[in-house]
Amino acid sequence: MTPKRRRLSIVVIGLVMLGTAAALVLTAFEDNLVFFFSPTDLQAKTVTPEQRIRIGGLVEEGSLERSTDGLVANFRVTDLQNVIPVTFRGILPDLFREGQGIVAEGRLVKGSFIASEVLAKHDENYMPKEVADALKKSGKWKGAAQP
Amino acid sequence: MIAELGHYALALALCVAVVQSTLPMIGAARNDSVLMGLAPPAATAQFLAIVVAFGALTYGYVTSDFSIINVAQNSHSLKPMLYKVSGVWGNHEGSMILWVLILSLFGFAVAAFGNNLPPSLRARVLSVQGLIGVGFLGFILLTSNPFERLDPAPLDGNDLNPLLQDPGLAFHPPMLYLGYVGFSMAFSFAVAALIEGRVDPAWARWVRPWTLAAWTALTGGITLGSWWAYYELGWGGWWYWDPVENASFMPWLAGTALLHSAIVVEKRDALKSWTILLAIITFGLSLMGTFLVRSGVLTSVHAFAVDPERGLYILGLMSVAIGGALILYAIRAPSMKLGGMFQPVSREGGLVMNNLLLSVATATVFIGTLYPLFLDATTGQKVSVGPPFFNATFVPVMMPVVLLMAVGPFLAWKRGDLPGAMARLWTAALFSAAVAAFVWTQHTGAAFGPIIGFAFAGWLAGGAITEWAARIALFRQPLGVSLSRAAGLPRSAHGMTLAHLGLAIFICGAVADSYWREEVVVNAKPGETVSIAGYDLTLESIKHTQGPNYQTETARLRVMRDGAEVTILSPERRFYPVQQMPTTEAAIHSTFLADLYAAIGDGGAKAGWTVRVWHNPLVPWIWAGCMIMAIGGLVSLSDRRLRIGAPKRGQSPGSSKASGSEPAAQPAGAD
Repeated sequence: MTPKRRRLSIVVIGLVMLGTAAALVLTAFEDNLVFFFSPTDLQAKTVTPEQRIRIGGLVEEGSLERSTDGLVANFRVTDLQNVIPVTFRGILPDLFREGQGIVAEGRLVKGSFIASEVLAKHDENYMPKEVADALKKSGKWKGAAQP
Repeated sequence: MIAELGHYALALALCVAVVQSTLPMIGAARNDSVLMGLAPPAATAQFLAIVVAFGALTYGYVTSDFSIINVAQNSHSLKPMLYKVSGVWGNHEGSMILWVLILSLFGFAVAAFGNNLPPSLRARVLSVQGLIGVGFLGFILLTSNPFERLDPAPLDGNDLNPLLQDPGLAFHPPMLYLGYVGFSMAFSFAVAALIEGRVDPAWARWVRPWTLAAWTALTGGITLGSWWAYYELGWGGWWYWDPVENASFMPWLAGTALLHSAIVVEKRDALKSWTILLAIITFGLSLMGTFLVRSGVLTSVHAFAVDPERGLYILGLMSVAIGGALILYAIRAPSMKLGGMFQPVSREGGLVMNNLLLSVATATVFIGTLYPLFLDATTGQKVSVGPPFFNATFVPVMMPVVLLMAVGPFLAWKRGDLPGAMARLWTAALFSAAVAAFVWTQHTGAAFGPIIGFAFAGWLAGGAITEWAARIALFRQPLGVSLSRAAGLPRSAHGMTLAHLGLAIFICGAVADSYWREEVVVNAKPGETVSIAGYDLTLESIKHTQGPNYQTETARLRVMRDGAEVTILSPERRFYPVQQMPTTEAAIHSTFLADLYAAIGDGGAKAGWTVRVWHNPLVPWIWAGCMIMAIGGLVSLSDRRLRIGAPKRGQSPGSSKASGSEPAAQPAGAD
């Protein structure tokens, strides 16, 4: 095999692999992209219960209620314009507090969000980027006070 | 005063780096040995200056000098000494100092041990290394001065983020940086070679040990980080495909490919321009990791104080370094001679496949990590890409890699004998089938996935051991002969076997944990019992105590199995008053086969405490496998032929005789 043909065959194999990978990536994107919505976005858009989504905002002050067995937490997430009730079963992250920004992943069932995962960052000043943008969009961003 | 000294030393280091990056380069172009000779002392001086700066900052931390903003923001007088020291690199500014310290350490190593390098190559390598130093020292001095003063000085500091006050994390950044920055050596050598217009096996013999050292450190660093996330975050998982994790994983993947392609350059003088490209890409991905983590485009525990100016600077630095190198590559690479020829089925062919597949795997991780950023920047649409994406793309690409890993070492250089190799692999196939059957009997009706995963791991382990056994003629010669053969085998051969074996063990752990993990969350009061995977955990008591700089609630969980006591688990929930931050300290009972992992959440005497327990099968194998991989790297690094200073240039470049010590016809040939 001449060096030229060898190089060509390597390039062809490489392209075939890249093509396969591209196909894998595209199909995986179709099924596994998780979109982010703010409570206001959810007023405008329709989301089916099958769709996994992320929501984010501030945990509304005074909204956190725990079930008697302490395992299920109900709270409301707000972007200071609209509110969405959230139900979560499990241990809330260490930094979960009322008034704090969080992101939750799960499904929207009949106007209420069933979270399978709740994320809060390891920093008291933390505001998830999505939440900050959602607050900016709703015009309630207080700027440097919530970096 | 000490802080000002440190600041001055940094500025001095920058000036030296400017000299180091220009004059030797000019000298090399003009063949002026005086100018070229400036490079080693400059590299040494730069290193010493940065040692002084690093020492000054460490001094500030150790003596709790809160008149330095950086110390005041990240330390506290009550903090244990280990974390005072590790606090130096637990923040943005300090970690950048560590970064340039390691960068200049590598330059110093070339200056100290590179006496046998051709003077022009050494001058150019040090020049490029100096140029990277200029970029990062400038970055520190312009945007992230760690020695800035605070007036008036506060009485006490803000403390280090409690999550970072952990022994595993104290050593995670230095290891990781040794890896990231270590790839700068491969980059500098690649750029120097492009300027020289000359790549030969001797060049690869210099690049390989540096790449191997960086790879080994990066393996260790990523493992430490993952281990930390596992026991510290209290989520029971060890890898989340989080963008920050991916940022360190991409250079690792590309570095692994580079490690293998450098072998081909060294032994066969082929794949030269590809190896150069890979060296540039690997370091480029390291820089991109730095950018992602420090620019604030990602939010994570790693995202230090967010400042767009810094992000822009690193982005600019990255564009100049990578763009410049790629332009140079485009100009120079086509003129590079094609090297040794080989058949598609050969050791080289196998390594080419390894490289192509690893590159594609890197690309899938790259897309999954950057696509959300890209989409946000272009459309404002926010998405996240989670583990399912990577399971659906990365895993299928890596499966053929694992298949080929067992076959490749059996193929001869130049022209391999595939049927012959397969005939020698029947034991591996048998072992793989046995492992799969065993898994199936243990988990009757187990899903298809784990059986396939274990079969792959068995195939890889079987292949690695068979190849090693064949080389020392185990069971075919008396044991004494085999042992003396093993002693005579190059260390790099042992290293390869260990690294491949480590990956097999890792795969077992990863597969078992992702398919068979069990989890229970309950609300328990003292006296109540939780059951999981045959264990019964009884919550006996909850105690409040005071640590050095935190308060803690410690649960006492008695673990019973079949009526006999196994152990006591004591998960904690800590509260750090200075940072107003709670943390979870999980308690883990680790056996060879599984981890029993317990964490406690909020609670009180009236409502009870939330207790979360996981049974994570084979997780210890994940750490063991990664450690064996890193040990394989170390063993290989100790190979006589790779030792810095050993190789001599002078064999005619490109002749296959140059690698004559490796019999090309022997199937179980070199590493």
